[in-house]
Amino acid sequence: MLSAHSLALIDKEVIKYPAEQKQSAVMSALRIAQIERGWLSKECIEYVATYLEMPAIAVYEVATFYNMYELAPVGRNKVTLCTNLPCQLQGADAIAAHMQAKLGIGFGETTADGRYTLKEGECMGACGHGPLCLHNNHKMHDHLTAESVDKLLDDMK
Amino acid sequence: MSLNTPDTQVCLWTLQHPEPASLATYMANGGYEALKKILAERTPAETIIAEVKTSALRGRGGAGFPTGLKWSFMPRSFPGDKYVVCNTDEGEPGTFKDRDILRFNPHQLIEGMIIAGYTLGAVAGYNYIHGEIFAEYESWEGALEEARAAGFLGKNILGSGWNFELHAHHGYGAYICGEETALLESIEGKKGQPRFKPPFPASYGLYGKPTTINNTETLASIPWIMRHGGQAFLELGKPNNGGSKIFSISGHVNKPGNYEIPLGTPFADLLEMAGGVRTGHQLKAVIPGGSSAPVLPAEVMMACTLDFDSIAKAGSMLGSGAVIVMDDSVCMVKALERLAYFYFEESCGQCTPCREGTGWMYRIVRRIEHGKGRPEDLDELLRIGKNIGGNTICALGEAAVGPVVSFVKHFRKEFEYHIEHQKCMVGN
Repeated sequence: MLSAHSLALIDKEVIKYPAEQKQSAVMSALRIAQIERGWLSKECIEYVATYLEMPAIAVYEVATFYNMYELAPVGRNKVTLCTNLPCQLQGADAIAAHMQAKLGIGFGETTADGRYTLKEGECMGACGHGPLCLHNNHKMHDHLTAESVDKLLDDMK
Repeated sequence: MSLNTPDTQVCLWTLQHPEPASLATYMANGGYEALKKILAERTPAETIIAEVKTSALRGRGGAGFPTGLKWSFMPRSFPGDKYVVCNTDEGEPGTFKDRDILRFNPHQLIEGMIIAGYTLGAVAGYNYIHGEIFAEYESWEGALEEARAAGFLGKNILGSGWNFELHAHHGYGAYICGEETALLESIEGKKGQPRFKPPFPASYGLYGKPTTINNTETLASIPWIMRHGGQAFLELGKPNNGGSKIFSISGHVNKPGNYEIPLGTPFADLLEMAGGVRTGHQLKAVIPGGSSAPVLPAEVMMACTLDFDSIAKAGSMLGSGAVIVMDDSVCMVKALERLAYFYFEESCGQCTPCREGTGWMYRIVRRIEHGKGRPEDLDELLRIGKNIGGNTICALGEAAVGPVVSFVKHFRKEFEYHIEHQKCMVGN
């Protein structure tokens, strides 16, 4: 289910915690699994549970609680735009409208070619640089303008 | 003393250097000297706690609890493992200061956590980093590697015979994990749902062991205090409000960003540093301490100084120092709608008054904003708020109520106009 590379990364997380507390690595393990698989299927969640010697339901609880995990397939490029108040004051609504018009999809939707998924996000902790978005959870792009959004989206293959 | 300069900066002074985050920059400017001195002299924990108490350092995460006092709650004689935990789960709308500490002065936080670990008798420390800032999670792990290679972490640190380990833990999108017991649950690999208190983390914390949890800026202030003395830190600020503090200013100002200035600085000075209100507009309202802090009208805010006591007296809270500025183009109903949605979305669902109440409040504000408000809605909002406050395990419920009550209190006319005319009086 997961590559040797992913398992090695998970092992590096496990050793951060006391030997009897492997479960502490579950959030990182799911993150690493999602990077490899694109989203977290039931089989993938069960695999992580077995690997960390946890009940599958406990891993499923974590996967459903934190909002950066995907429990259904998403596009190759997931773009999460913060629309919370500070970003809104700094123009996030216009950026949201621009992204939706350009891609022809709303928040929570994926383009027919599977290239983009658009999501609405909560505070990303970088408000002074808003409006801002995350690309596939891990790369932040800030000070967004209509022009910079066009380039950003066009560059995502 | 000028503002936002190396004279007044406790955490972000490294920005004056070409490579602010590097170990070399930190060590060339006195970094890790406090730790070396403590380990060489085997400074008693009581002495360090007394110095922190003298500094009047108050928690920088929002609650403003005196740090020295919190440290004194840790049971010294507990026989098993103890932990120190740093809260970098910075997701309070408007707050973006701790991210800059990770970006620009990671080693001062590391040194602060090691000193805390030594003082509190901890075997290990964890820094819980907000899910959305993955680049900073990775870079801080890199800084940890540098510190480990330099002998500041691991076994027999600097030949002292003392062992301490430090790790980063990455969140993955849950505002509630900024609440300290939810954060502990999350490190334990569970849903981040807050625990009942008591027992407090000092007696039953991570893995059930005594644990002290402090905010990033709080822990990063410790090396400065140990190097320059608690009295010097106190004198940077004002009595009962020691030190400088990073203010994150966002919204309708010309230069949003972080400004590290002494506690007690007039708000008007911060506004000026941030380039003033957006050109061509007037100041309308300010949320002075992150989205959970009650909003204040312009004239009240302009009379405040930026410290815990002044803002509390004005009816709000300094919180995390996140200042959200709104000019005269803002519809307060629309602004509240977005905040109400945030708390509804982020309620962990454990307590019924919060889980249901945040949903009701959001839906009522939404219908007022969209021209479907009813005359009884404002009283209904306040009634729901009363039923949430004090009836939940953690403070998220009350945090959701704060904006609702204060927006309605100070800008009631705007809400009434929306209900009566099915449109906005601000006209945007």
